[in-house]
Formats: sequence, C-alpha cells, structure tokens
Amino acid sequence: MPLIAFSQSMHFAHPLALQSGESIRAYKLSYETYGTLNADKSNAVLVCHALNASHHVAGVYADASGRIEAKSEGWWDNMIGPGKTVDTDRFFVIGVNNLGSCFGSTGPMHLNPDTGQVYGADFPVVTVEDWVNSQVLLLDQLGVTTLAAVLGGSLGGMQALSWTLQYPSRVRHAVIVASAPNLTAENIAFNEVARRAIVTDPDFHGGHFYQHGVVPKRGLRIARMIGHITYLSDDVMNAKFGRQLKEELGLDGSPATLRSEYRYTTQEVEFQIESYLRYQGDKFAEYFDANTYLLITRALDYFDPARSYGGDLKQALGKASAKFLLVSFTTDWRFSPSRSRELVKALLDNKRDVSYAEIDAPHGHDAFLLDDRRYLSVVSSYFDSILLENNMGAPR
Amino acid sequence: MSDLVTMESIARLVPVGARVLDLGCGDGALLAYLQSTRSCTGYGIEIDDANVLACVKRGVNVIQLNLDEGLALFDDTSFDVVLQIDTLQHLRNAEVMLRETVRVGRLGIVAFPNFAHWPNRLSVLRGRMPVTRRLPYQWYDTPNIRVGTHADLSALALQNGLKVLDSFGIQEGKVVRFAPNLMAGTSVFLFSR
Repeated sequence: MPLIAFSQSMHFAHPLALQSGESIRAYKLSYETYGTLNADKSNAVLVCHALNASHHVAGVYADASGRIEAKSEGWWDNMIGPGKTVDTDRFFVIGVNNLGSCFGSTGPMHLNPDTGQVYGADFPVVTVEDWVNSQVLLLDQLGVTTLAAVLGGSLGGMQALSWTLQYPSRVRHAVIVASAPNLTAENIAFNEVARRAIVTDPDFHGGHFYQHGVVPKRGLRIARMIGHITYLSDDVMNAKFGRQLKEELGLDGSPATLRSEYRYTTQEVEFQIESYLRYQGDKFAEYFDANTYLLITRALDYFDPARSYGGDLKQALGKASAKFLLVSFTTDWRFSPSRSRELVKALLDNKRDVSYAEIDAPHGHDAFLLDDRRYLSVVSSYFDSILLENNMGAPR
Repeated sequence: MSDLVTMESIARLVPVGARVLDLGCGDGALLAYLQSTRSCTGYGIEIDDANVLACVKRGVNVIQLNLDEGLALFDDTSFDVVLQIDTLQHLRNAEVMLRETVRVGRLGIVAFPNFAHWPNRLSVLRGRMPVTRRLPYQWYDTPNIRVGTHADLSALALQNGLKVLDSFGIQEGKVVRFAPNLMAGTSVFLFSR
C-alpha cells in the first residue's frame, strides 16, 4: 500500500513583512505532512523545494474512491516515505509550497486583497529568507518548535542553509544537497535568459496575461529548455541522446523506427535531443506559472547570506549552530562541488559539525533527484544518526 | 592498523580534548575512539565512498576529499592534531602533505609501514620485494606508492624543518623503542613545526 498524500492548506491572516520592505497582507500556504509527530516533538523534518517543485514531496494522491491517481508521486518520493531514506515511519516530514509558487500557496495568479485584482506582475518579490519566515509560521501552527532536520536540494538547500542562520535554535541538522552559498554570474545569466524568454513573449502582457486569457507558453518553453540543459551533464546527454535522429512513427502510429537520413530542415525537429527539450518545454508550459518562474529565479539570484558580512561567508555562517550534511555531485556544473566546498570551508572555519559527500554521479544537477545508491545511503545513514542522537528509536 | 593496541598507542599521543583532523581516516574508527576515550572533536578526510559512508554511520564528521589536491580547505593551525595514519604511503605529494600536516595542525602524527623492518630487508636480500602481513601487496599491485623507512621519514622531517617530538615503532601491538628501524613493521612520528 503506497503512502497516500493529502494536500492541506493553512491560512495566515497576519501580514508577512518581506525583505524588500513590502508585505503580503494575508496568504495561505499549501503543505503536506507524512508520518506522526512524536510525543516530545523531536522528529520533525522540513523539506524545502527547488524551482519547479511543490509541497507534494512524497506519496501519491488518491481519488474519493481510494483509487490511486496515475503519475501522482511526490517529487522526492524516491527519498522520502515509509522505510525510505528519510523514513516517515520514524520522522514527521513536512513539505510546504513556497509563497509566490503556483501549487496552491498564495502566488501571482491569486487575488490581491488590497486591489481585488489578480496579483500578476504585482506580486511582491520574495526571497529565500521570506520563505523561511513563512515556513516558521506554518511550523508554529503545526506545533513544531524545533526541527530534527531541514532538508533541501538546489534552491531547497539554500532554504535549509538559511534556516540555520535565521532560526539557529530551531534546527538541529541541515542536509543541503547540490546547493551553493549564492549564484555565480554564469548562473544568474542562465536565469536571465529564461526570464527574458518569458518577458519578451507577446503573450506575457507585462505579467498581467491572466486577464487576457493567454499564457506566455513560448517563453515558458524556452525557459524550461535552457534550464533543462543546465540540469544535465554533457556526458549524460550524449549517453541518452547522442546524435540520434528523432524517430518517426509509422503511418498507423505503430512503433517508432530509427531514422538514419537527414531531412535537411532548419525548423523541424531533426535530433532526438531537440525532441526531448521541446517535449519538456511543452509539458512545463502547461502547468507552470510565468510570474512564478520570474519570482523563483529572482529568489535564487538574490540569495547571498555573506552579502551583509562584506562577502565573508565564514562570518555569515557563524550564526549557525546546527550540524550539517552536505552533498554534491561531480558532474553538476550548475551547482558545482566547489560551491559546496565553500560552504564546507566556512563551516569548518566556524568549527561546526559537518560531513560532506562528493558523489561521482554522471547526471549533473539532476542527480539530486535520482536514485544513486551512494548518495541515498549517505543521507540515510545521516538520518539514522539523527535518530540515535535523539534516542528516537533504533534505525532500521 | 585499526587494531585496538595500535589505536591506543597513537591515541596516547593525542592530548585530551584536542581538535583533530584525520587525513585518510578510513572507516572513522580511530576518530570515534578519540572522541569517546579522549573527548576529542574533529573531522576525517576520506576519498573512498564506502569509508565516507562508514564514517557517517558512526556519527563521525567526514569530508570527502582527494588529499592529492592538498589541504587548501584548512587554515593554518586550525587543528591541535593532524593525523596521517597509514595515509602518507598512498599520496603522490607525500612531502607536501607532511609540511601541510604541521601547517594545519599544532602537532602532526604520522604512522606508516616501515620498509626497513628486518623481514622486509631479508626478503629484498633474497632478491624479492616483501609480501607480509603489514605489506600484503605484490609489487605490481600495491596502493603503497611511497615506500620508505623509519630512518627515511626522520631524514625527510629534518629536511623540511620539522621538529620530531617523539618517534617509535609498533610491532605485534607493542611499542618498539629499541632500533625501531629494524625491529618494527610500523613507524610512528610525532611532529611539530
């Protein structure tokens, strides 16, 4: 019997002050929980999501009759669940959709209570720090004072790191995967290309496309395509697609046959990789909100805890008291191992407890979502050690 | 090398409560021992996936790193003790790492197989490279790319301006202070800058 997930929503009536100086007057957060909070409330784990994910971290959805919905697995279902790496039989796991996202929490597609109009481009800029502040308020409502661990990959890892700096007394462990202390210029550049693709789509209408009844799908597709390229490695792309030509379906839709002749076309799909990227782009443009894409990539760009310390990461991380596990992947060039090592160094310099695994995986940045035995065993062992440390029962 | 007696004789060189960096820490057994018996804190450095996992399992801090890339991650004198237990012989940059050990640590402790132990000498006299319990590898298939002796390390330390605070051998779990270059399979040095 798979884990059945229930999407929940919490409404917050008090305004949330944002880093920008603006505030959100009232808002809701979508979240899911798995497992049970133990008597002394010591087994809570918060999972922070990256760019295009949501609060639906683990499990599957079922309809009213109990039938499991196809392809409804949570985005980190391989990591989190009963008996899995983060064992929901032992930990109380919380997933939350970030403000400004498009999976139920208040975002640009919702009504601005001040104007009665859809926010659109007027949704205030939110930062990693703002998200953490809102997550804390959710945890307060759930009765969780201290997290056994906060866990995240990529942008989720930035939130996990920020947790240890903003609320050091409320988090005992931080597990930060494929992340960085800030984005490099190259990384911001990729985000900017994606944003320009969206903003210059004629259907974007300055971010107020909702009232025009259109979606800037072309922009979203291209944003996703460029993103996708940077999440993979050259090796894995070559292994998966190489120079293979796109297969052709038979006339009756029968199985595809491999093509060996060029078609000498500039605009049709010729290579398999083109077909794959277009497919990923199309899929993404169907469900993701354009303004959300702008907001979340900006949150990535702005994150830089060392900034208020003149760029001194050591000083910035001095606030943290949690224990850390950091993981990076050798072929990840978007959030490269050297960026994780910067975090490791700053933690070492502050004499914090830290372990660091550099996993030799071929999959690039995407590796943090995939099943790699070495990666999952290290994370699993780390969570076992959290159990032992807190006498929360023997690990599996 | 992770047998209890060897661990004890090395642990005795480590001050109680010391902040320790263990280069090539293996499965983390020595660090765990130092933490539980001598209230030490610190980190292990390992390149091997299985060893990194073993350390995390033990609850020992471990940083996955290739030592041949150096110790740039660590500031000067940021540790009380830097350990290199059965590590030096695997390193391409063994001499640099010896200097790095006392740059990063106030004290450096190095243990490695002593090639001048008499059974090894005997073997070479007979014209063959030694294959023993301490040096169990065939010459063509050994991870020990630096083969040296107790006396060699002493000379290398001198050459690099290191102070040898103590040195001895370990054989059959016993500390050997008489003619360790001849009588011990393992050589141990305690250095400072």
